[in-house]
Amino acid sequence: MIHLQSVSKRFQHPEGGWFHAVDDTTLSIAQGEIFGLIGFSGAGKSTLLRLINLLERPDAGRVLVDGQDLTALSARDLRHARQNIGMVFQQFNLLANRTVAQNVAFPLEIAGWSKADIAQRVAECLDVVHLSDRAEHYPAQLSGGQKQRVGIARALAPRPHVILADEPTSALDPKTTQSILSCLKEINQRFGVTVVIVTHEMGVVRSVCHRAAVLDQGSVVEVMDIAGGEVDARSELARSLLEAA
Amino acid sequence: MDIAALNAIWQDLSLLGPEIAQALVETALMLGLGLASAVLLGGPLGIVLYLTRPGQLFAHRGLHGVLGWCVNLVRAFPFIILMVSLVPLTRLIVGSTIGPVAASVPLAFAAIPYFARLVEQTLREIPRGVIEAAEAMGASPWQIIRKVLLNEARAGLISSLTILTISFLSYTAVAGVVGGGGIGDLAIRYGYYRFQTDVMVAMVLLLVVIVQAIQFVGNRLAHRLDKR
Repeated sequence: MIHLQSVSKRFQHPEGGWFHAVDDTTLSIAQGEIFGLIGFSGAGKSTLLRLINLLERPDAGRVLVDGQDLTALSARDLRHARQNIGMVFQQFNLLANRTVAQNVAFPLEIAGWSKADIAQRVAECLDVVHLSDRAEHYPAQLSGGQKQRVGIARALAPRPHVILADEPTSALDPKTTQSILSCLKEINQRFGVTVVIVTHEMGVVRSVCHRAAVLDQGSVVEVMDIAGGEVDARSELARSLLEAA
Repeated sequence: MDIAALNAIWQDLSLLGPEIAQALVETALMLGLGLASAVLLGGPLGIVLYLTRPGQLFAHRGLHGVLGWCVNLVRAFPFIILMVSLVPLTRLIVGSTIGPVAASVPLAFAAIPYFARLVEQTLREIPRGVIEAAEAMGASPWQIIRKVLLNEARAGLISSLTILTISFLSYTAVAGVVGGGGIGDLAIRYGYYRFQTDVMVAMVLLLVVIVQAIQFVGNRLAHRLDKR
């Protein structure tokens, strides 16, 4: 489903010199799986996620999603490909001057759906995240957890094959975190959407992920299997993340 | 102040009634043409200034620098000097250098870079993440400008336009002195050159009322549009 082939991304320090956020990393994520990217701050996990929809363009390597090499696409084709990749953000990034329903409608307007189709799809998606009664509210009137559920409904609206979630629960309290995670899980199970989730909390990985990559200094240290909440961790780093949880 | 004095002022003003009405029309014309140019040309210029900033969608140090430099250049001119130096251009565009339409040319020239800066500043308040979310959804640059930038900044843009309108209301008084007409010109001609202080005071009061009204409408509109 998603193949990152020897991707690298570096950023220039303001005072000169380079920071290797992602260093020659290869990773495959299967269709229908919930895949975690875990590591401490600065490990390169968000950059790696952002390489998948080319919000960051890799300096080297290829990014294949749905069998399509995104790095080889024109700007126009890339925009089209991105409509099949939803994204959920830590800070929600909702449009403040649009209602909940209009926010969920946004990606559909971009994709050129008809008004009638948009209305129907928005209602469906709000139902999935249990926010049908908030359709006409503005984001400022919602709690953090509700905002994130709008974010998820928005990502889900264009029927994407993949949803990328960048620290989706890091701005939320533990209880709300659980409701957001079960929401992502439900979407994965009901619609077969592949979910890639960046987190620094082993608890998140444990409760939703099928597999997770442990990242350090821009490289994958190990890919762990998670079954029944049990994490099969071999590396020292993964163990220390487990202990921190 | 006795009744006779009040009566004298009233007579002065009612004699000037038609002239005041005409001055109002002239002021409105200068302001309208100046602001329309600012919105139609300064608005897009402001968007380009914003989009070419480092880290933005079309980051381009060179273009941003050149445009910023041009904007500063025009804004550095004292308005009265700008007006005089634009006389040949005004004659070319309008065919005359006298009257409110002619006075609109330098007004527009000053208002365009002013509004462009206001637009650029206002757009900077939009969180980068919101624009990024639209990019991640596959929005085109045009869709991002229309549906994200302009919509998210709409309250700020109205406030900017309010500031511009009030600033340029006083600029119209300067433009009036060189033949544009308008309220400010009337105040100078009667109040200053003919020592009719009452006319001067009345015109200033009229401007105060207009400014208060513009600010009131601007605030209300911005508040209504702001859902943040």
